[in-house]
Amino acid sequence: MPGVTQVQTTLNGEVINFLCEPRQSLLEVLRDVLGMTGTKEGCNDGNCGACTIILDGRIVDSCLVLGVEAEGRDITTIEGMASPEGLHPLQQSFLENAALQCGICTPGFLLASKSLLDQEPEADEGRIRHWLAGNLCRCTGYDKIVRAVLQVSKAK
Amino acid sequence: MEPFDFISPSSIEEAVKTLASSGDQARILAGGTDMLVQMRAGRRTAPLVVDIKGIPELNVMSYDASKGLTLGAAVPCYRIYQDATVATAYPGLIDSAFLIGGIQIQGRASIGGNICNAAPSGDAIPAVIALGGVCNVTGPNGTREILCEDFCTAPGRNALENGEILVSISIPAPQPNAGANYLRFIPRNEMDIAVAGVGSAVQLDASGQNFVSARIALASVAPTPVFAKEAGDSLAGKAVSEEAVQQASELAMAAAKPISDMRGTIRQRTHLIGVLTRRTLNNAIERARGG
Amino acid sequence: MTSNQVLSEVEYDVVGKRPVRPDGVDKVTGRAQYGDDTNLTGTLRAKVLRSPHAHARIKFIDTSKAEALPGVRAVITAKDLPFASLSKKELGGEYTSLKFASDHMMASDKALFKGHPVAAIAAVNAHVAESAMALIEVDYEVLKPVVDVREAMQDGAPLLHEDLRTNDMGETGEKPSNVATHMSYSIGDLDKGFAEADLVLEKEYTTSTVHQGYIEPHNTTAFWNSDGQLNLWTSTQGSFQVRGTVASILRLPVSQVKVTPMEIGGGFGGKITAYLDAICAVLSKKTGAPVKALMTRTEVFEASGPAPASWMRVKIGVKNNGKMTAVETEMAMDAGAYPGSPVMQAIVCAFACYDVENGKVDGYDVVDNKPKTAAYRAPGAPQAAFAVESLIDEICAELNMDPIEFRLLNAAKEGTRRIEGLVARRIGLVECLEVARDHDHYKSKIDGPNGRGVACGYWPNRGFQSSVVMTVNYDGVVSLLMGSVDIGGTRASIAQQTAETLGIGYEDVKPTVVDTDSIGYTFITGGSRTCFATGLAAINAAEDVKSQMISRAAKIWDTNEDDIEYVAGVVQHKSDEELKLTFKDLARQLATTGGSVSGRASVDPSGEGNGYAVHIADVTVDPDTGKTDVTRFTAVQDAGKAIHPSYVEGQMQGGAVQGIGWALNEEYFFDDSGKMMNPTFLDYRMPISLDLPMIDTVIVEVANPGHPYGVRGVGEVAIVPPMAAVGNAVSAATGNRMRSLPITPGKILEADWENGKS
Repeated sequence: MPGVTQVQTTLNGEVINFLCEPRQSLLEVLRDVLGMTGTKEGCNDGNCGACTIILDGRIVDSCLVLGVEAEGRDITTIEGMASPEGLHPLQQSFLENAALQCGICTPGFLLASKSLLDQEPEADEGRIRHWLAGNLCRCTGYDKIVRAVLQVSKAK
Repeated sequence: MEPFDFISPSSIEEAVKTLASSGDQARILAGGTDMLVQMRAGRRTAPLVVDIKGIPELNVMSYDASKGLTLGAAVPCYRIYQDATVATAYPGLIDSAFLIGGIQIQGRASIGGNICNAAPSGDAIPAVIALGGVCNVTGPNGTREILCEDFCTAPGRNALENGEILVSISIPAPQPNAGANYLRFIPRNEMDIAVAGVGSAVQLDASGQNFVSARIALASVAPTPVFAKEAGDSLAGKAVSEEAVQQASELAMAAAKPISDMRGTIRQRTHLIGVLTRRTLNNAIERARGG
Repeated sequence: MTSNQVLSEVEYDVVGKRPVRPDGVDKVTGRAQYGDDTNLTGTLRAKVLRSPHAHARIKFIDTSKAEALPGVRAVITAKDLPFASLSKKELGGEYTSLKFASDHMMASDKALFKGHPVAAIAAVNAHVAESAMALIEVDYEVLKPVVDVREAMQDGAPLLHEDLRTNDMGETGEKPSNVATHMSYSIGDLDKGFAEADLVLEKEYTTSTVHQGYIEPHNTTAFWNSDGQLNLWTSTQGSFQVRGTVASILRLPVSQVKVTPMEIGGGFGGKITAYLDAICAVLSKKTGAPVKALMTRTEVFEASGPAPASWMRVKIGVKNNGKMTAVETEMAMDAGAYPGSPVMQAIVCAFACYDVENGKVDGYDVVDNKPKTAAYRAPGAPQAAFAVESLIDEICAELNMDPIEFRLLNAAKEGTRRIEGLVARRIGLVECLEVARDHDHYKSKIDGPNGRGVACGYWPNRGFQSSVVMTVNYDGVVSLLMGSVDIGGTRASIAQQTAETLGIGYEDVKPTVVDTDSIGYTFITGGSRTCFATGLAAINAAEDVKSQMISRAAKIWDTNEDDIEYVAGVVQHKSDEELKLTFKDLARQLATTGGSVSGRASVDPSGEGNGYAVHIADVTVDPDTGKTDVTRFTAVQDAGKAIHPSYVEGQMQGGAVQGIGWALNEEYFFDDSGKMMNPTFLDYRMPISLDLPMIDTVIVEVANPGHPYGVRGVGEVAIVPPMAAVGNAVSAATGNRMRSLPITPGKILEADWENGKS
């Protein structure tokens, strides 16, 4: 059996250690090694965005990052988006605007939207549609997702 | 995926040494957005993966108004377009950095990786060729420079010899009255492979009415990105006019040697090269005039 | 400018409101458990070895090297399925259906499409299982494939099934054929109808194979316990459907199989067929451990069930005043490797928007070397509507008639006899057309390189069996159990109907989707049936609760049940105003008056209400590149009653956008060997956020008399009109009639070139 590597990383604010094989993607590590199943697999080749996480402040597809590359990095997954005080405003807005149907793409959309509004609090519809182009949703036609993000954006 | 070993060298020397001793057993990992997909699909195998993102020189992005831009091979796309100075100096480069994949991909993918991957459709390559970019390579026998238009040798193959790595790309300083633009045609509005792509760069004289020089490069119309030298050269010394642009676009079409596949036919791709050459030249002219 | 309107005539307390869905918080925090999130102790991972050939005889399989790989626990082939050991004689009439079902799951003698399972491996992890796949040796005799529906119909085409003969209206054909079925309906006198026409147009249309494109790949976890009980945790639209299929293929009594439906990441009809369940079950039996499988995206494209490609010929005759006199169509659809395309629905839906006296429709169900097609949102109807609604647009142009006025003149209404013989009950097509005609979108100006198209669509909607059980807790909160999988708001809409019927708050109903051992038979979440049929079951179960609550009150007040009434959540004596208990107050007394109260209902309703929709699309076409962008889109649809308008709008918008994808870019590309060239989301181009405008909606409510709140069902008809609406808009913008889907930039350029434009 191939060798395993110990990796230390910060996951949702906590320093953790895990063992993985070099060939395991960060997506696989999150789901199968760490049991963090909120990050979803849709295509495993970087074309759907369901596995979006925030890595050192940037959104990436976790299927295109190796687990070993997480060494010394800072990761936020959907499990780290709400706080003990309550849901993130985007999570609340997605609920109120019925911005999810099946919900499988929702964690990816939420993290991508959070990253956009963290950087550009006044993002407008065009900017939102551009930023979310790497996240596929097959249920909603994007309308209610874009509206939910717009509601939280300070763009008027 | 088959198992592999993973190392993350911290210097060019270490990386070159490892690569030279491993031969074709090793693969370089930068952003991973192409390579991991290819490995997972079984199109590339590698018993050893060498992550070069920890090497300082590959993460450099330095701009000097007289010397131009040095772009480390592992610098991800977002760093390029988020840098206001670079974005202002090289809008033609930003055009391509901005449309490689979605935002997630741009967080990892690099111009250097796009060039090394050597896909005929690589969006950054025509943009860099048009800007006169040079690839700075280091290997067991020292360093050498390869013109970007000579770097890709076949689909998925590049000019790197055993043990060599692409360290950075140098792009000459923008000249006065110069402008560039890259456009591709895709059926969707993002997240797609170019059916055809064109990068154009022009330098006008002080009046803005005459071409001093021009460079045009094409994507997705040959086994490698194409430097359409005659098309660009045809503009040198000519007055800026619709006819001149049209003539250059016809030469670009002649330089295109596409195939018909599921993404487009020969006729469609050739036609699109004409359309995109005209559009990129006109955009480049507008930028050169300060528009 | 953009808007979502609801045109309601009847208002309710809970029905028609937009509460947050009960499963919402779990789904925005990543806590919801989807199929692949299942993780039982000691779970092995399965991988399926698939045929690299679209058509090949399997001569020999050697699994010994794979079995010897460290980490591999079991390898199976079709020989491990019961079908292999059952003789044709033993199976009798069941032989063909079982052979098809079993072979579809895993090929025994022939691989009939690229991606057809031929073996499966269980190993300690997916990487090891993947490595083991390369060690299985399969000796194939490669046969010539056929992947085009019309080629497959020709004499001399490669035959998929040596003993398949055409069922031609009940008559069995003389020789083997790829045409599984020919069906036909007619009404009136076709020749007379065409003779009366002033204008007759006849055109041919084609559409490509397309995929539902759900984001969650198929997955399942199976554990065959040593007590003989088989447990499955899976992503499915129908847990009872999976139970039935697995029990049938594995020759088990249904009660020996328990299916727990996990949260489902999209289906659109594609998650009705059970692809992995029996495979993982047999691997689990062999290893004694739980076995989980997850398809790759490429496996989903190559080996699940896309929607069929089609060839269609349509002929329509009209008078100069626009009145239709006769209609005729022939439609052929490819079912893929095994019979069962939705061509029957296609020919029934084709002209269901119109009241025409004379008509004839013919359908051909054809097998070819593609993955066996499955349902995809209104299966069959979108292709048919593309053809018919496109031809009607041409007729309107010839007659210089407004396309909505033309449709109003010919619209089906209550009493219209449809081609298959059924007479329409109260339907809302005319109302939808009127709303579209008067909509701000339709009245706005359009010119330049832009074009506008309209089209309408029909889908019958379904009834079928549903079961619901609800228990009144002592705090007055109702626990609601249902067998319908929640694919996009089912818990909310069933809870709303329950709350409305009981006269209690939405927040006082707690819905749960349960496994097949915990509820009566419930048909799939599909066919636009769930809100209607499971809703009816919930309403009936709530009525059951109400009568039991009356009994309890009678006991407390020591009076006759007949003297008590249940009004808006209050149980009260009909004549004594002092005797009155709210639902909650009465619930608190249940423990001392006989214990808990449960209501239950199983229904199999026939009062489904047909669905109609009208779509308006504006496009702009780049004359240099042929690229089409949809710039404005309005969907009008009769929902009967929108229980939760947000999720009805979501269905309308989602269906419209899938249709836009189908219209413009989505298609399977096959090479000559029958290999799909684009089995990734990169090259199978579904619409992204940047490709679309907001999708305006108008919900029309023409109540369905077959449901207490008027529900019709809304999920499917939204995908029926968009392809023709977009195609008609492209035609208006470019002057090119596009009769082949998808309408790609390349096809638009080619049409320009053919028409002499450069």
